[in-house]
Amino acid sequence: MPKSPSGFGTYLKGKTFVKIDSHTIHIKTEKPYPLMPNDLSTVKIISKKYGEGASTSDYNSGKAAIGTGPYKFVEWVPGDKIVLKANPNYHGALKGKPAFNKVLFKPIKTGPARIAALLAGDVDLIDSVPPLDVARLKKNASLTLTSGPSNRVIYIHLDQFRENSPYIKAIGGGEIKNPLMDVRIRKAISLAINRDAMVAKVMEGIALKAGQLLPAGFHGVSPNMKPDPYDTKAAKKLMADAGYGNGFEMTIHGPNDRYINDAKIVEALAQMLSRIGIKTKVETMPKSVYFKRASAGGPNKSPEFSFMLLGWGAGSGEASSPLRALLHTYDKSIGMGRANRGRHSDPAVDKIIQQALSTVNADARGKLLAEATEIAVGKNYGVIPIHYQMNTWAAKSSLSYQPRTDEYTLVMGISNN
Amino acid sequence: MTAFILRRSTQSIIVLFIMSLLVFSGVNLVGDPVEMLINPEADQAEVERVIKELGLDKPITEQYWYFLMNAFKGDLGTSFIFGEPALKLIVQRMPATIELALFSLFISLIFAIPLGIYAGLKPESKISKTIMAGSILGFSMPTFWVGILFIMFFAVYLGWLPSTGRGEIGSFLGVKSSLFTLDGLSHIFLPALNLALFKLSSVIRLTRAGTREIIHQDYIKFARAKGVAESRVINVHLLKNILIPIVTIIGLEFGSLIAFSTVTETVFAWPGMGKLIIDSIYNLDRPVIVAYLMIIVIFFVFLNLLVDILYTLLDPRVRIQGSN
Repeated sequence: MPKSPSGFGTYLKGKTFVKIDSHTIHIKTEKPYPLMPNDLSTVKIISKKYGEGASTSDYNSGKAAIGTGPYKFVEWVPGDKIVLKANPNYHGALKGKPAFNKVLFKPIKTGPARIAALLAGDVDLIDSVPPLDVARLKKNASLTLTSGPSNRVIYIHLDQFRENSPYIKAIGGGEIKNPLMDVRIRKAISLAINRDAMVAKVMEGIALKAGQLLPAGFHGVSPNMKPDPYDTKAAKKLMADAGYGNGFEMTIHGPNDRYINDAKIVEALAQMLSRIGIKTKVETMPKSVYFKRASAGGPNKSPEFSFMLLGWGAGSGEASSPLRALLHTYDKSIGMGRANRGRHSDPAVDKIIQQALSTVNADARGKLLAEATEIAVGKNYGVIPIHYQMNTWAAKSSLSYQPRTDEYTLVMGISNN
Repeated sequence: MTAFILRRSTQSIIVLFIMSLLVFSGVNLVGDPVEMLINPEADQAEVERVIKELGLDKPITEQYWYFLMNAFKGDLGTSFIFGEPALKLIVQRMPATIELALFSLFISLIFAIPLGIYAGLKPESKISKTIMAGSILGFSMPTFWVGILFIMFFAVYLGWLPSTGRGEIGSFLGVKSSLFTLDGLSHIFLPALNLALFKLSSVIRLTRAGTREIIHQDYIKFARAKGVAESRVINVHLLKNILIPIVTIIGLEFGSLIAFSTVTETVFAWPGMGKLIIDSIYNLDRPVIVAYLMIIVIFFVFLNLLVDILYTLLDPRVRIQGSN
């Protein structure tokens, strides 16, 4: 697809497709590639008759958007609505017809307006219920709320590649060597974070404490890792051992319109860090400005910030996704560590990640990914996880939605109660 | 008149050019659209491919040159997100915004002018004082908050009106608009009222001030002295004279209704241009931002011209320079 900023190239790269017969395709990869099923699950199959030479506008108008799912495309008015209707010829129809005759998606960006539309009965189901409203809506007997953990971890990237980090100063403003290079300081920061308070107060209870990159249940999650306890005493001792007993000054950065309550999280972090002697200033900004600076705002397109809040949703559903993007050494030539904004680098971790990425046996790969996480996060504190987001849907009481970890709202997940 | 319009048009082209330079460089200084749009799982090579395909690897001067050349051909760029011409996207959304702006202008005028005249004629009465106090509330309450309140009260609590979106679209004399169906009207009422509130208040104040001033003029006194009916004094002698400043304001305000309906459109999920521009700014869809701002500039230039011409019709004493 030409000029698509979000194409499927990532998933198709390194694969050659050979047609065997009209129902079989042989996909070859250059080397053993265990994520094939995950990659393929993201790609939709379109008949050659419609897909060949189709442009983005053909998919927008529905001309080429012809698949094999339970619902057919009727109309898309950008910013207004997407209309679908039941597909009577759906191949899964043996299990029963599609549950709804007509489905209307409406984008309502403002949280309160979304809730109002549900309460007023203008819509039947909404996604992304703001945490603040969850408790109140749960009490409403005419609604069903469902929520589940997301595959998105909210974490901190720390500058581990500059001797002098631009946003870190000695108390009083003098130059100092970047303390975040020292694993003891990184560990101290993790111990200084009161994750219970973060979840209970900032996230209104709608989040899970995080000790690694994905919540339990995902592939490649380590059974041995727990979220760090809140222990300012141990944290202060680590600071003193590392030679920063008096603390230092740091400006911490975060977006204010990307993750649930992101700006509030950064403010809470600042308070928690000041308890172990790190004098913090907070700077939050819209994501449109933030991400460029976080990835390439410094000299030579290096990441600009010293300490930044980010989130990562594991699109492939396993720990290899955050490991290769966030914790593998930044290496353009092999396409690793693209979002490694702290430039954490540990050859031992790199080796295990690469080994895992070519291990087809799922159990063996899971063990390798868990091992890599244990070293990169548990031992090295390459990134510091804070919490996993929870996704919440609210529907009128006759419907309910089966929560998904990837934040999608699919019609197939809606059931009549 | 022709010379005047011609001269104005030349000035407008210069304004447009300067504006394009400002907007284009401003928009391109902020953020990195690829960072916003790309699949997070993509690797560095994929990122570079996208940067190249969108032409973002070229120096900004070269990008601007391409933009100008294409703009002359009527192509204001292709949306990064929708993959369709930015102009087409905006034009698609324009009817929704224009009908919202027209309807809210209508609401503000039919209420504001009578209320303002009343308050001007009887400045000491309790009703007038209530009107004036209310008008202060009208322009000091934030649109966003009032919008949410409207939704909570009229849609959720009373359940009278729908809370969100645009209604069914009807067709009348070939014009398609949601104003022509009952469902459409019920959808447009709350957002239009929300948008009208600010204008309503300023037009009330303007009308009152005008009334207070003109009611003491000699020609009003003379009209009354010669026994003209009070209704005619107000509807003809007074109204015609207070309309001049109001027309100016309405002309410019109509532009701003269209340009800045963003807040209302966002709260009510109204699928107009305002929502498009907000979404585009959030997602750094640069071509759409630039195209939108260019169109708004053209709009304002055109409205200003229209207001100047209307003046001459309302008040024959106003002559446009260069019309001889």
